Amino acid sequence: MTDISQTSAPAKQPVIMGRRRIRMSDVVDHAVLILGALLMLVPVYMIFASSSHDAITIHREGLQFGFGEHFAANYNAALFEYGGFTDSVNGVTMLTNSLILGLGFAIGKIIVGMMAAYAIVYFRLRFATFAFWIIFTTLLLPLEVRILPSYEAIQAMNLANTYTGLIVPLIASATATFFFRQFFRSIPEELIEAARIDGAGPVKFFIDILVPLSRTMIAAMFIIMFVFGWNQYLWPTLITTDESLFTLVRGIRQIIQAYADGSTTPEYGEAAALAIIAMTPPVLIVVFFQNWFVKGLTESDK
Amino acid sequence: MAGRKALGHRTHDGEGTDHVKRSAFKNPWLPILLLVPQLSIIAVFFYWPAGYAVQTSFFLQDPFGFGSTYVGLENYTDLATSTNYLDALKFTAVFTTVVTFFSLGIALLLAVKADKVIRGARSYRTLLMWVYAVAPPVAGLMGVMLFDQSRGNLTQLLQSFGWDFTLGVSYWDTAFAMMTVSVWKQIPVNFIFFLSGLQAIPNSVREAALIDNKSSMGRFWDVTFPLLAPTGFFLLIINITYALFDTFGIIDTIVKGEPGNNPMTLVYRVFVDGFRGGDLGGSSAQSVVLMILVLILTVVQFRLLERRIHYT
Repeated sequence: MTDISQTSAPAKQPVIMGRRRIRMSDVVDHAVLILGALLMLVPVYMIFASSSHDAITIHREGLQFGFGEHFAANYNAALFEYGGFTDSVNGVTMLTNSLILGLGFAIGKIIVGMMAAYAIVYFRLRFATFAFWIIFTTLLLPLEVRILPSYEAIQAMNLANTYTGLIVPLIASATATFFFRQFFRSIPEELIEAARIDGAGPVKFFIDILVPLSRTMIAAMFIIMFVFGWNQYLWPTLITTDESLFTLVRGIRQIIQAYADGSTTPEYGEAAALAIIAMTPPVLIVVFFQNWFVKGLTESDK
Repeated sequence: MAGRKALGHRTHDGEGTDHVKRSAFKNPWLPILLLVPQLSIIAVFFYWPAGYAVQTSFFLQDPFGFGSTYVGLENYTDLATSTNYLDALKFTAVFTTVVTFFSLGIALLLAVKADKVIRGARSYRTLLMWVYAVAPPVAGLMGVMLFDQSRGNLTQLLQSFGWDFTLGVSYWDTAFAMMTVSVWKQIPVNFIFFLSGLQAIPNSVREAALIDNKSSMGRFWDVTFPLLAPTGFFLLIINITYALFDTFGIIDTIVKGEPGNNPMTLVYRVFVDGFRGGDLGGSSAQSVVLMILVLILTVVQFRLLERRIHYT
């Protein structure tokens, strides 16, 4: 009873309390959002702060909130010190490999996808329906479910420990093709009619009209695909045993195994630095190009 | 992941391959040339492996690598009776349910609030979505450090509540760490989709709802929630596939590559049995089971998305 009378009390003074109530709900909204933002931010901040401490501090006290004095030393070691079983890999090598994987995957996928989508939307093909289904069935089964046979296939073709073996199998899902097909179909019919009247052939139409029109879509797709490629883990883990081909995300596995080993104190500070290096490029891209990114993610149904 | 997303949006066009542009080009060889890269890549890296998986699932691999014998459905019946596999199946069901429920719930709450506020809306959006770009194993590494048995900050926090948290020793403690990290990693995607779903609700509808229904909670359940249902259904499938497949990196880092008696999802089992155990037939049979699972999900997705047309 007391509870009810308490909550209904503010209603007696509608004008002042009404105003106040709006403010209260605003406060709650912001509080929830700030809590959410902190939930996202704090773990990463702690890794970042810890990347400026030496291994012993972290070993004794866990991840740190304040900054220490080993920032330069840790990042220097993470980037330039050679490690691994063969001493043939450092952070810069892994960074380069991650870039190659991210760029190769994104660009490869966009080119292959645009070409296929162009063929499906703008040409009369006898086996169009068949090609469509052959291509779009690939959207159903992620690489993870056919991982072992894919690995066998790469081994059989002697493509293990090559960039081709690393990148091309990942392209074998028609996400970009589907995306561009949807976009091409939303382009007004009049455009191609006008182009044909002007005497533009299929190649000219594609290069001079379709590609410039798709710029935003290409950018959106590029961001999503780059992040997706950069963050690949399972496939690079299987296909690259040669350390000089390790990506940053693949390198995380080595850190973890040093943990599991347990014979020496793992270099926590350097591990944290490597984690920060591994996440910085994709995070920056998503943050700076977030409008394109969100568009690419949510508007693929046009 | 992006693939299943795109697929989910296949809605408005009614699946027509007949929809070629009316004034299409009639060049006979160019389209074939354009399709060759895509078709050859998927032939070699998709259809061949998928077919190979189905085929090997009916064979028993000789442990010393001397060929294999046809065993019919034995690999499948072995799965159905294997306690390890059934444990993984149960755990996957729990894991998927928990991860989907919490990541959807938290993201929905944040999206509703982010849609309401005016001041700082853009900053909140950025702050809540950037974790999308963090790789799952990197998130897993953070989990390993935070939940570390002796010095993890979260371990100590949980211990102060009287929970003797032991990552890698206690089955459900390890599972808890996996789920927490997996939820954290998935909130941004759900947030982005919910927010864009909310922003697609026309102002006229909002204003009408405002007149009809004074309480904001009532408005949410009567108007906003049903209008978000299509996004929700779509995200449900996305989250199930995420929990099934994309959490591999998180699970692998949290068990530190040494699963032992720790919880394992079905996809992780495929990896462990195939690459560690060398049980090619059994691993392939597991792959085929997963393929069937994904196909069922896709069919469900289409059924639900057909309904989406009635909503909008």
